[in-house]
Amino acid sequence: MTSIQLRQVSKHFGNTEIIPPLDLEIGDGEFVVFVGPSGCGKSTLLRLIAGLEDVSSGQILIDQEDVTTTSAARRGLAMVFQSYALYPHMSVRRNIAFPLKMAGLDQAEIDRKVEQAARTLNLTDHLDRKPGQLSGGQRQRVAIGRAIVREPRGFLFDEPLSNLDAALRVNMRIELTELHQQLGTTMVYVTHDQVEAMTMADRIFVLQSGRVEQAGSPMELYNKPRNTFVAGFIGSPKMNLLVGSAAGQFGAATLGVRPEDLVVSTTEGRWQGTVGVCEQLGPESILYVHVGQLAAEPITVRVRGADQFRHGDPIYMTPVEDKLHRFDAAGSRIA
Amino acid sequence: MNGVTRRTRLAARLMVAPSVLLLLGWSILPLSLTIYFSFLDYNLLSPGTEHWIGWLNYHYFLTDPGFFDALLNTLLLVGGVLLITTTGGIALALLLDQPIWGRGIVRLLVIAPFFVMPTVSALVWKNMLMHPVNGMFSHAAQYLGLQPFDFLGSAPLLSIILIVAWQWLPFAVLILLTALQSLDSEQLQAAEMDGAGRLARFYHIILPHLARAITIVVLLQTIFLLSVFAEILVTTNGGPGTATTNVAYLVYIQSLLQFDVGSGSAGGLVAVVLANLVAIVLMRMIGKNLET
Amino acid sequence: MPPSSVHRIRFGFTALAWLAGLMLFLPILWTVITSFKTEADAVASPPLILDFTWTTENYREVQQRSDYPLHFANSVIISLGSTALGLLIAIPAAWAMAFSPTSRTRNLLMWMLSTKMLPSVGVLIPIYLGFRKLGLLDTRIGLVGVLMLVNLPIIVWMLYAYFKEIPRDILEAARMDGASLWNEILHVLLPVAVPGIASTLLLNVILAWNESFWTLNLTAAGAAPLTAFIASYSSPEGLFYAKLSAASTMAIAPILVLGWFSQKQLVRGLTFGAVK
Repeated sequence: MTSIQLRQVSKHFGNTEIIPPLDLEIGDGEFVVFVGPSGCGKSTLLRLIAGLEDVSSGQILIDQEDVTTTSAARRGLAMVFQSYALYPHMSVRRNIAFPLKMAGLDQAEIDRKVEQAARTLNLTDHLDRKPGQLSGGQRQRVAIGRAIVREPRGFLFDEPLSNLDAALRVNMRIELTELHQQLGTTMVYVTHDQVEAMTMADRIFVLQSGRVEQAGSPMELYNKPRNTFVAGFIGSPKMNLLVGSAAGQFGAATLGVRPEDLVVSTTEGRWQGTVGVCEQLGPESILYVHVGQLAAEPITVRVRGADQFRHGDPIYMTPVEDKLHRFDAAGSRIA
Repeated sequence: MNGVTRRTRLAARLMVAPSVLLLLGWSILPLSLTIYFSFLDYNLLSPGTEHWIGWLNYHYFLTDPGFFDALLNTLLLVGGVLLITTTGGIALALLLDQPIWGRGIVRLLVIAPFFVMPTVSALVWKNMLMHPVNGMFSHAAQYLGLQPFDFLGSAPLLSIILIVAWQWLPFAVLILLTALQSLDSEQLQAAEMDGAGRLARFYHIILPHLARAITIVVLLQTIFLLSVFAEILVTTNGGPGTATTNVAYLVYIQSLLQFDVGSGSAGGLVAVVLANLVAIVLMRMIGKNLET
Repeated sequence: MPPSSVHRIRFGFTALAWLAGLMLFLPILWTVITSFKTEADAVASPPLILDFTWTTENYREVQQRSDYPLHFANSVIISLGSTALGLLIAIPAAWAMAFSPTSRTRNLLMWMLSTKMLPSVGVLIPIYLGFRKLGLLDTRIGLVGVLMLVNLPIIVWMLYAYFKEIPRDILEAARMDGASLWNEILHVLLPVAVPGIASTLLLNVILAWNESFWTLNLTAAGAAPLTAFIASYSSPEGLFYAKLSAASTMAIAPILVLGWFSQKQLVRGLTFGAVK
């Protein structure tokens, strides 16, 4: 099975260093997610693993084998592109068959495998259509079919769900997770959406400016973010990061409190404020509370139910003490 | 540069090589020979007597009264055709942009002259239209009670200008029409709302938008018009006298008719220098567009 | 504006446009009509517009002249040959420049275009003498070579522009699917680029067919294409109006038709994309 290792891999484009020397290890059968804001280098990293870009220095190993100078066609990895990259002039059948044709399988074998992949992905009725005639979700399935049909040693996904509408995205997330459980193949997934990262990953790598800020399981990142960047990136709504007197009260330069870790009351509490915008989502509400001198920006609070607080109401909030995150002046976590 | 790996870079160099080598050869080798010949006294009628004479060929070529005539004719030809095609082109483009019935067919009619080979154009104009006895213009003149006009005899350069302009007008129309159609109609509507009449809209919105296309038409046509050859060969052979000889034709006469390789080469180089000046300006214009 | 005025304006413009179109087309129309007249009718005064005995004898006579089919064939061979050869050389170059650009790619393209700006008279002598020495004068091969070189910059440029419009990720997908460079070009690039290649082919065949400098100076009776053949009618002895018209009509008809289909490509190709 397939492990992927990056040793001191760096990448320059011209004079700009996109990725400073990086070490990374992906275990056999892991579902790993590279997540981060736009321009953090996550797609570049994926493309380096794929072989679509050359490293500026360092080595890439797949299954202990040095593939740094091997072409993309020979690394044995399959990739699903953000735009699906289906061959517009080929039918669905020929799209899925293409990698098998490149591998030199005989026609009978190719047909068998294509039929099988089509069955798995519910594409049997569409086999003779062209990509232009399919919906977004169907095209995505074809892209996935094309990837799985050659039974590669690893899958690479480059923001595959970004072009789908919200409902479809949720469905596909589940399907991809099931796919992973079914096949057990190593998967590297790139996204800017931390919800996808949290729900699908065995391990998450949070990237910023080409550097890995933190790597760990979703819950590790949620419970113990190593710095303010990771703390603010993981979790939705964003963690409240307070500086000044609120932080000083707890012995930190920056204090992190998740919206769900605040106890609210109409009568008493540690911090007092006035409710600003109130977003009612049904099972819960999100309040943006103005706290005057305590913090420049409103504090976000999650409250169960609705109708309790309205715009302009006074409110008291108390953070749950063992769920506090303390960060020093440099932004790193204080143990 | 995304996606460029060592592999593709190597392959890329190999794949570009043939075209680069061929064009290098095509542009440098013959030109070097021309330069070399231009310094020789070399006439094909007396082979084996070539010898170096330095700048003499240039001196004779440039001081030959025929050269000044040729230069003047070249400028008149280019200028005349440009004038006709640019103004006619704008007018026709504006006309074709209007809501008219059968626009597709009118377009085809207007485009047609560009695709007629120059030798056919020239002959058709010379014999079927401009001929003082049998030509259509002469018949039309007689019908109107006027004297038929011997176009190629009495106004040879003007006649050639007409023929060449006829050929290139479609080119100008096509380009200007394309540019015109890329003008977003909302701009015009906004101007109309602001109270601008037709003429004002033309002057303040349409013309500036067309400015770039007009410049391109002018520059491109100039490059090609400097080398008008076939039309002259087929109608007047440069005459009467040197009335329709342009620089290109002059070089032709000296090289292939008088077999004066040395002088013809010097002339050829003069033509190259002339064209280069125009090319530099054109390059800058197009260069801006390769960014897109 | 009341509808009747709109209609009147539209009618006015339509009339004007049709007038302009017909005036521009008149020389061609007149030639075609004359090609169906007898020689006597062709020089009749006052001229016969439509009221004469239509005949196809001119076409028959011109085609039977032993050299007309030869020259037609020469035109076909030279324009198709030079364009096909050009495509063969240009496709890999355009691929390289579109998908593997370097900082020098733009300069390279500009330089290629600049070779087209070279006035042909500047190299007339060396080419003529060189051809004479190599025995290439009045050969189709020689002309195929020259016209290929003359049009190569346009071919490369047009293909480059069309290739750039192909989304690069389908080529990368082909790579990830295990395709070698050759397979990538053969199975993915070329099929998707077919419309662009066809447009380039069309425009350049037209340009080569009409080329009137090298075809006139480098050929004699043997390899002369139609451009040169028609030019031979310019001497007074060759002057038969009806036959000239028939020969001309046959020479220009294929290109007129092709040209009508290639208007968009013409604008793109000849302005090097400066106008789209």
